[in-house]
Amino acid sequence: MSTTPHVVILAGGLSHERDVSLRSGRRVAEALRSAGVRVDLSDVDAGLIPRLQQTKPDLVWPLLHGASGEDGSLRDILELLDIPYLGTRPRESRVAWNKPVAKAVATAAGLNTPAYVTLPQSLFRELGAKSVMDAVVSKFGLPLVVKPARGGSALGVTVVEDAARLPQAFVDCFAYSELALIEKAVVGTEVAVSVVETASGIQALPPVEIVSDGPYDYDARYNPGRAQYFTPARLSDELTAAVQDAAIAAHRALGLRHISRTDLIIDDSGVIWFLEVNVAPGMTETSLLPQSILASGEHLSDVYLSWVHAVLDGEAESAPTDNKPVVVSDEVVGDEVVTDAIVTDAVVEESILGEAPDVEATVVDVTAVDVTAVDGSQPAAEPNASTSNTAPEDYMRGSELF
Amino acid sequence: MTSNTPPGKGTRLDPWFGSYAQRAHKMRASEVRALFAVASRPEVVSLAGGMPNLADLPLDDIAELTAKVIATEGMTALQYGSGQGRPELRELILEVMKLEGIDAHPDDVVVTTGSQQALDLVTRIFINPGDVIVAEAPSYVGALSVFRSYEAEVEHVRLDADGLVPEELDETLTRLAAEGRTVKFLYTIPNFHNPAGVTLSLERRHQIIEICKRHHVVIVEDNPYGLLGFDREPMPAMRSFEDEGVIYLGSFSKTFAPGYRVGWAVAPHAVREKLVLAQESAILSPSHASQMAIEAYLSNHDWKQQIVDFRVMYKSRRDAMISALSEYLPDAQWNVPDGGFYVWVKLPPGLDSKTMLPRAVTGRVAYTPGTAFFYDGTGADHMRLSFCYPNEATIREGVRRLAAVISAEQESVEIFGTTPQLDDVTDIDVPGPDIA
Repeated sequence: MSTTPHVVILAGGLSHERDVSLRSGRRVAEALRSAGVRVDLSDVDAGLIPRLQQTKPDLVWPLLHGASGEDGSLRDILELLDIPYLGTRPRESRVAWNKPVAKAVATAAGLNTPAYVTLPQSLFRELGAKSVMDAVVSKFGLPLVVKPARGGSALGVTVVEDAARLPQAFVDCFAYSELALIEKAVVGTEVAVSVVETASGIQALPPVEIVSDGPYDYDARYNPGRAQYFTPARLSDELTAAVQDAAIAAHRALGLRHISRTDLIIDDSGVIWFLEVNVAPGMTETSLLPQSILASGEHLSDVYLSWVHAVLDGEAESAPTDNKPVVVSDEVVGDEVVTDAIVTDAVVEESILGEAPDVEATVVDVTAVDVTAVDGSQPAAEPNASTSNTAPEDYMRGSELF
Repeated sequence: MTSNTPPGKGTRLDPWFGSYAQRAHKMRASEVRALFAVASRPEVVSLAGGMPNLADLPLDDIAELTAKVIATEGMTALQYGSGQGRPELRELILEVMKLEGIDAHPDDVVVTTGSQQALDLVTRIFINPGDVIVAEAPSYVGALSVFRSYEAEVEHVRLDADGLVPEELDETLTRLAAEGRTVKFLYTIPNFHNPAGVTLSLERRHQIIEICKRHHVVIVEDNPYGLLGFDREPMPAMRSFEDEGVIYLGSFSKTFAPGYRVGWAVAPHAVREKLVLAQESAILSPSHASQMAIEAYLSNHDWKQQIVDFRVMYKSRRDAMISALSEYLPDAQWNVPDGGFYVWVKLPPGLDSKTMLPRAVTGRVAYTPGTAFFYDGTGADHMRLSFCYPNEATIREGVRRLAAVISAEQESVEIFGTTPQLDDVTDIDVPGPDIA
């Protein structure tokens, strides 16, 4: 491999998060250039494929947030073109991108996730919006969170504390996505844990704790000031290790590759709750993954360069596909319109109201998990319940706190 | 690039966070602004911005004229200049304003960096925090942003098909005086209003001047579109009837090119002196190079014919938009502007234009939500559509897409029974140039 690799960063796109993506792209490009890497920034447009075919970069780094960037479709194109890229493979991206499916997988891996239900707008029409909303509130209570089942940057997300606000929350949500994820709100310490795979193996970076004046919404995320960040998070060593283990567990269970960021909440009882995972974490000036790197005393340019080399040298490969815990039905999950998602052999489905999963299931054997009813509100994984043959020992240790 | 943050100590990612002025804390770039990032993509039909169509400009001629300015007068063009602006340009501006009946002296004119800066300077010299500015409902988003940044309060007064309603202006000024509130000026866009598209009638111009005189309130007459009427000659400016009580703001941005960033203010003597001082304190002097390029254009090109050509082009686009609205959005209501850039659309009942915007972006069409044009959080039941930049076919396609978006949003609103929301007005949602 050349000592000065040519990297194409994909940023922009047509999603609602285009602006964030452009910021991420510029930031990473700047860091890599300062490390001597030849970097081209590219939008995703009709000229992309010819450009890639002509320039034949050593590596593509997709920093596209939102649809096509995170749903795996663009990564499919990169696979078609046989161009190496940094990040999760297409099928696994699809699973992670679909929040309810990712939650189901995380639950199956022994992680707690707030009780939730996934509903398409059409169902509200068929069953009557009031009846459905009443059922949701009756089951989950308030506050609860309404968010697009696919999407990022907190766009379309509302924390509903008053039932009267619920209809507007759904209208706001459905403006972004045909499918809404309604989740029991967990109050506690919000942390984000980034996971990276390098030549030295898989590693969780220091957790970032987020304290926001009001909701941690788009404004708070991307305009410095409204949110306060603590890196590393103000957690005990034991809890720090536990949240890092949880992030690694999510990364592995979802079959992610190279980098990911897992968002978690620790409630007042010390229970760690999985919220969602990102295969293309934000890399802007205010984003969480770069904060973790800086808190480690590292330089962004050095770290990003090491990732590039690790991928090019084949040192950052995740678990062999034989051990991959998730098999995805592409034709279903890949369709943005479809409201049900099947993760393996038609066993993971989404329903109106969830029940407790079978926590005896192993991480890998999701065929044994009936996620037709999904509810992670109970302590989800006793230490001995997780018998994954891919989960490392450190993850097992962390699961004691769940 | 390493962190300066000790472990366990929080950061707001801005070491100067505690040092900002209070008003700066209220400035933010919202998700609405972020959504407009997509509008710049060619796949998206943007009916949002107020960008003029420059395609019809004689670019080769302008290039030649500009090159000649630098070649022959470069030492002047690239130097600092007068804070008030070049006398040569101020003379030429008088010629432009004559078309709307304004008879002024070059000394009355202050050249600014676009009329947006004139608006900023006027607000800067008149407004203390808490002072009141009266403006039409709706009003120009870029003006509201300036007013908020100087911590003014804005009282809206209704307009109708003939512009600002004088009786309601009188009532509002009387009420505000009774409340002991200090009204500093009336901000009005009399011609082809942004965003409402309406024009203040001649009779009302006189009435409003009289009302403001009686209440001792100066009028800020913002007139970027006055020469862009489709079917008639320009209406006399309010400044043409009243010298002392009117501060007139003009611009080359809509009738020539916004890239030069050249506008102007015409103000009574004492106000003008303050404006010049404020101008010098803000930027020392407006761009000499831009001023001289515009002088060259005005002196060597048939700019009046160019404006006539613009009118024909924009009228055709207006017609395309009205035709498309009639065909695709029969349940909405809109005005038919006889000039300018904008159609102000009232959405079918229940729809909220700000809430709907993400759906529109998904549908590859963009507009400006009505909430941008109100200081009090209202306006969600309206949207502004611009017909200035896209061509006729694109406008038609944009409205067709918009109809599909509205249809989908109507279904959502019907299911949940929601109504338009009051916008959060606690912060200053600074508009980008693509929105204004």
